[in-house]
Amino acid sequence: METFAHRHLLDIEGLTRSEVERILDTAKAFFEVSRRPVRKVPTLRGKTVINLFYESSTRTRTSFELAGKRLSADVINMNISASSVSKGETLQDTCRTLAAMHPDVVVIRHWAAGAPNYVASRIDCSVINAGDGMHAHPTQALLDAFTIRRHRGTLENLVVTICGDVAHSRVARSNANLLKLFGCEVRVVGPRTLLPAAVDSLGVRVYDRLDEALEGADVVMVLRIQSERLEGALLPSLREYARTFGIGAKAMALAKPDAIVMHPGPMNRGVEIESEVADSDRSVVLSQVESGVAVRMALLYLLAGEATESPAIGEVG
Amino acid sequence: MAQTQKVVLDADAIRRSVRRVAVAILEATSGIEDLTLVGIRRGGVAIAARIAEEIAEAEGKAPPIGTVDISLYRDDAATALPNPKIGPTDIPFDVSGRHVVLVDDVLQSGRTVRAAIECLQDYGRPARVWLAVLCDRGGRELPIAPDFVGRTIEVDERGRVDVWIDAAGPDRVVLTEGG
Repeated sequence: METFAHRHLLDIEGLTRSEVERILDTAKAFFEVSRRPVRKVPTLRGKTVINLFYESSTRTRTSFELAGKRLSADVINMNISASSVSKGETLQDTCRTLAAMHPDVVVIRHWAAGAPNYVASRIDCSVINAGDGMHAHPTQALLDAFTIRRHRGTLENLVVTICGDVAHSRVARSNANLLKLFGCEVRVVGPRTLLPAAVDSLGVRVYDRLDEALEGADVVMVLRIQSERLEGALLPSLREYARTFGIGAKAMALAKPDAIVMHPGPMNRGVEIESEVADSDRSVVLSQVESGVAVRMALLYLLAGEATESPAIGEVG
Repeated sequence: MAQTQKVVLDADAIRRSVRRVAVAILEATSGIEDLTLVGIRRGGVAIAARIAEEIAEAEGKAPPIGTVDISLYRDDAATALPNPKIGPTDIPFDVSGRHVVLVDDVLQSGRTVRAAIECLQDYGRPARVWLAVLCDRGGRELPIAPDFVGRTIEVDERGRVDVWIDAAGPDRVVLTEGG
């Protein structure tokens, strides 16, 4: 049996296609756990998971919390934005403090790209990147991949159109990296001001017009317009954005008849996505949420299982 | 000492053992009304299917079959290296109030069975849980005893018992010793 050779999950880059498949296959088993009468297994009993969140995030944090609890791990939430940073504690000191608590896994979300790598180099435990700056959000990409596979049956050679604020989106970047492993054609579309300067380095096809980008798409990934990140005049107005790049029924008609639409949440209805699409049977938004717990359970299982070398209790025979 | 391999049960012997176990199950549970079989992945799944066939032949109706994967319930789950591939647990019926027969191919330490019982309880509260195994090779590390045994095999802890059913070649149980 092939082992999962990674101690941390910091980025999609560095994972091979077969490792991604391993994670998704493992998640399939955990998906079933969340639908049992008793939605909890004893697998990570005695393990400690710390959710270290420097940015507010209800759904990602809740998803990791649920994943840990359904595996019987002890889960501690630390929302740093509200405590230590305001008191002036450095990330280095926070790492020292956490290390003294002997966690098995630290899940970190941080506004600075690279913060998870820093933590991984300073605490002797597994680190999972739950989103860092505009860099990466690997668990979102994995849960999106799981959702696509679940609804389309395969991940291979699909046409995936990512719409919206690609420049500020770690979700777009991680998804593009993952989908390329499976031979997907990844397209990005949005106003030029919201496409990253080095968009070509993503290895995606760039479109200015929504109708061209959606033609023949299997998957439409709608990104959130992150108004909190839009300092300055990147967009004339949200209304104009909605008119030009918002995904409504008319836009979806250009994609394949069985195309699915995804959104990492939370949705700005009437801006990047219309309710008629968000609530349609092509929307897999809630499936993404359910998949998220399963994928994070799989990651905790694969990483925490090798995090510590406590003596084996005994062989199973 | 040279390694020796011996077929301790051939296809015929396996068939007779399975039939005997099926009859014993029917006697003990008095009919199939509340009876369900649950195979422990992976070795127990094929045996459970065989037992169900025998029961269907005798009673005209097969009991429902489920499978459990015990990876998540292992007492060394968090430290076992490499982490095993997790298979599906599939119990498509309510186990509450039913007679559930757990089925495995080889019984040794009893740790797998303990884990399977724990898993089963997350699906409901059976009236009774039984244990059927094709081979009991001894070497228990937990207070667990089978209710139905196809064949008891005397083997020390270094020996290996491999069950080949629905695999390449004829059905067989092979005992490997020495080496």
